[in-house]
Amino acid sequence: MEYLLTLITFTPLLGVLLVLLVPKDDERTIKNLGIGISFIPLVLATYLWFAYDKGQSGFQFEFIADWIPAINVNYHVGADGLSVPLMFLTALLTTLGLIYSSYTIKQRVKEFFLLFLLLEMGMLGVFMSLDLVLFYVFWEVGLVPMYLLIGIWGQPKDRPQYSAIKFFLYTLAGSVLMLLAILGLYFYHGTFDIVQLSQGLGSEGPLGLVFGGNSALAIAAFWAFFIAFAIKVPLWPFHTWLPDAHTAAPTAGSVILAGVLLKLGGFGMLRIALPIFPEQFKFYCWDVPIIPILALLSIVYGALVCMAQWDLKRLIAYSSVSHMGYYMLGVSAAAAGWGVSSYSDAAAMASNGAALQMFNHGIITGGLFFLVGVIYDRAHSRDLALMDAEGNPLRDKDNKVLPAFGGLGKMTPYYYGIFLVTAFASLGLPGLAGFWAEFFVFRGAFEIMPWFAAFGVLGIIFTAAYILWKIVQYLFLGDFNLERWKEVTHDAKLTDLMTFEKVTMWPLVLLMIGFGIYPTPLVDFFNSFAQKLFGG
Amino acid sequence: MNLGETLRLLSPELLLLFTGLVVLIVDLIWGDEEKKTIWVPTLSLIGLGAALAATILLWGTPPTTVVAMMAVDPFALFFKLIAIGTVMLVTLAAIPYLQDRTPYRGEFYALLVFACLAITLASSGTTLISVYLAMEFLSITSYVLAGYLRNDMKSTEAGIKYFLYGAVTSAVMLYGMSLLYGATGSIYLAEIGRMVAAGGSGLNDLTVVAIVLMLAGFAFKIVLAPFHQWAPDTYEGAPTPITAFLSVGSKAAGFAILMRVLLTALPAFRYDIGWMAFLMALSIISMALGNLIALRQSNIKRMLAYSSIAQAGYISIGFITLVSNVQGSFLGMNGTLFYLFAYLFTNLAVFSGVIAFESATGSTEIADFRGLVRRSPLIAGVMMVGLLSLAGIPGTGGFLGKFFVFGSAIQFNTAQTLTLALVGVITSVIAAFYYLNIVRYMFFEPADEDAQPVVVTTPVKVGLAVTTVGILAIGLYPQPFIDLATQSIQMLGMAF
Repeated sequence: MEYLLTLITFTPLLGVLLVLLVPKDDERTIKNLGIGISFIPLVLATYLWFAYDKGQSGFQFEFIADWIPAINVNYHVGADGLSVPLMFLTALLTTLGLIYSSYTIKQRVKEFFLLFLLLEMGMLGVFMSLDLVLFYVFWEVGLVPMYLLIGIWGQPKDRPQYSAIKFFLYTLAGSVLMLLAILGLYFYHGTFDIVQLSQGLGSEGPLGLVFGGNSALAIAAFWAFFIAFAIKVPLWPFHTWLPDAHTAAPTAGSVILAGVLLKLGGFGMLRIALPIFPEQFKFYCWDVPIIPILALLSIVYGALVCMAQWDLKRLIAYSSVSHMGYYMLGVSAAAAGWGVSSYSDAAAMASNGAALQMFNHGIITGGLFFLVGVIYDRAHSRDLALMDAEGNPLRDKDNKVLPAFGGLGKMTPYYYGIFLVTAFASLGLPGLAGFWAEFFVFRGAFEIMPWFAAFGVLGIIFTAAYILWKIVQYLFLGDFNLERWKEVTHDAKLTDLMTFEKVTMWPLVLLMIGFGIYPTPLVDFFNSFAQKLFGG
Repeated sequence: MNLGETLRLLSPELLLLFTGLVVLIVDLIWGDEEKKTIWVPTLSLIGLGAALAATILLWGTPPTTVVAMMAVDPFALFFKLIAIGTVMLVTLAAIPYLQDRTPYRGEFYALLVFACLAITLASSGTTLISVYLAMEFLSITSYVLAGYLRNDMKSTEAGIKYFLYGAVTSAVMLYGMSLLYGATGSIYLAEIGRMVAAGGSGLNDLTVVAIVLMLAGFAFKIVLAPFHQWAPDTYEGAPTPITAFLSVGSKAAGFAILMRVLLTALPAFRYDIGWMAFLMALSIISMALGNLIALRQSNIKRMLAYSSIAQAGYISIGFITLVSNVQGSFLGMNGTLFYLFAYLFTNLAVFSGVIAFESATGSTEIADFRGLVRRSPLIAGVMMVGLLSLAGIPGTGGFLGKFFVFGSAIQFNTAQTLTLALVGVITSVIAAFYYLNIVRYMFFEPADEDAQPVVVTTPVKVGLAVTTVGILAIGLYPQPFIDLATQSIQMLGMAF
């Protein structure tokens, strides 16, 4: 049992080695092998989900072994209520992404499958790491395959090479400062162990105050960690890599970017930044509320950009900025309520909401990117309106924008139905998964920081606006205009969802509906984490 | 000490000397050109392998001095490992490279072995004279090797430039050494250390001047800015295997001498106006200048020259911030040794790729690497691993090297060393851009329509495999290498 997490994380690496042995022309074997291998971590992660005892706080399936004893670096892994759902999400989206890609990736198949599995290993490794060096290694190892995925399989018109290096350098710039902070923690406290640091620090803890009470160092280290994570989340104004990377990446790459990579940042906040630097985190959420302000800006700015956006994929990308803003608002509220006993329930609630938002955004936005891929595969265009040469939408004589699609609802009802569920889940319709995350975030935030929560609710209105108006109306409503379709797509064939697309989407849709109706299993996971942190 | 013991302690050097001479003679008397192309380098590799084995066998010998001017201590043995390893890998890569470039291949291998011998001597010198002689020996063989392709203008230019700069800095360094000798009356480093520590009238000023002058010579070998001007032209023009040798072996020799001289003879001058501050300035300039100028290079050898300047800056951090009185394994000095070891495999992986590519296509322009992954997935893959290691991405030896030297800067914990660490990490982000730019060409850009697959010969394949395994082994399971580095900082006559 103690090897379960190790097995989940390193099975993809085995897949990489096996794929490497297959000749590159044998694409069928590569695809089957890749998908087949990716089912192993998925099955194991599902097992982990059910085998994990939610009643028990603390880490389970923990395993520790020497790695670099000279500097006290250990291979220390473990799962708790925060990481179990995220590991499941990673394994699920990887498998779905590979299934989808086995039909849509036409060139350099071997490299694609190899890199995708390597990426999965990096992501899973981050979620299980309980040692800062191990965490850092996995954190960066995932960068390289993602960089290559964007650069090699991106659409030429989306500037994939530029987007890929931008993604890489942004993340690297954030993480090298984190590396210095990690080293600083080590020299002050003699350990890289996340559990020891998060539990042992504090006025009564065996390790004493963080950095021995040196507040300047503690603040510097806190910001080093926070910015590294904020770039990944991404929080405004560190988000500018995201629209480029998400737009340029191939469909499955965008799904993983939005579905999992952003969560690495979110996970880091809750696993490292908040438990190790609670005082500093609280200070910048409560006394000097920089972080909640940035969260609000992300929510509102992201949503407003979405409203002005005509490229469907870019629009979904910006919606991530807005949605992860809710996550950050939840974390800010939780941090602000840290250590105040009357707020402990609300703080746990906000933290649950934030964690739920990570998981739900993963399945919902992951789904949306798949759906964008579907229309792009058919139309070879993602513009919602007819565009002129400068990239501005064309207007008719009444100054109304000329939609590029419209009326797809009648032509592709299956696609319409799936898209509608996903879109409504994204705008937080009660009964679908997205609702509960926002509910918990605002339920917690209203008690702790009511003004911020009140402003944050504005975002929900904008979200409804861009989803209903921009996406649903421009794509699906109205009459289908065959002439225009032919003009936009150069005579492409319009077909409804194909089997592999249905296979990719249904698991996500079922989760959206399932956790929308009955979120308790998911909430219980996150609550077991939050109770430990906030002691409610 | 009896003769047998002396011979045993000197066995790596003697074996190298013997190998070099045998290679020369065999090349001279053997008429069969066809067979010679394979057998001469093979002979050289066998000799180098024997020297490597002899070095490993000496491991564990208590530190001692032979013939009054050479130390046999773990520190010297460590650098012998690096020197022999470098030359073996360079020899492997040189076999296909020299094929059509020069008919005089025998001397090339012999000179490489002599250069290797020079490094082993340099790393163990314990007097000003033996250090200087070893350095000159290394320089002269390097000048010849850099200008070896005498029909190639660029190679000739590389040799001449290297020689001119080298001769000047060597003179300057020698002047510094003579001042030190004049002030203390001794050529023995340990003796000088005692005299300087005891102090005396006028000694201080003279010593500071001597330090500055000698640092110029050492920095020239290490390629620390601003003593780097020779490097870009020489790196670009020299036969590529020699560029690889200069960037690893010669640099390591410079570090060995720098550390031994400063730590044995001048530990008293570390702080205040001492060498720590000088080196810190050189390190910061090197990191900033090397990385920034590398951004603009279109020739991969030139780019790697600037990268090598920047890397010298990183490696120095560990030495600058070596912590003497703290028990623990994060000593900056073992960080420097660890970094050098990782750098050996890293840089030679990249260079082996470049050499393999150049042997097949004749080009070293970065733009010509486009689509390499289609033409030779092996070269592209290995070069990517090497470049990621240079950039310091986890999972590779290069990452842990940076981890240790930045770690020691933070452990030292003064405003200056923290600045050093900060400059280090910021410039390494800049560096990632130009390292990945090559990855971009190799993986993202399509190859030309008529591009042929790049054929990789067996010796180069061996080199590529060894370096890749080295990078990953150091990156994923570093403990044995840390132990090696930690044991190797034991240095004869070190004052603290």
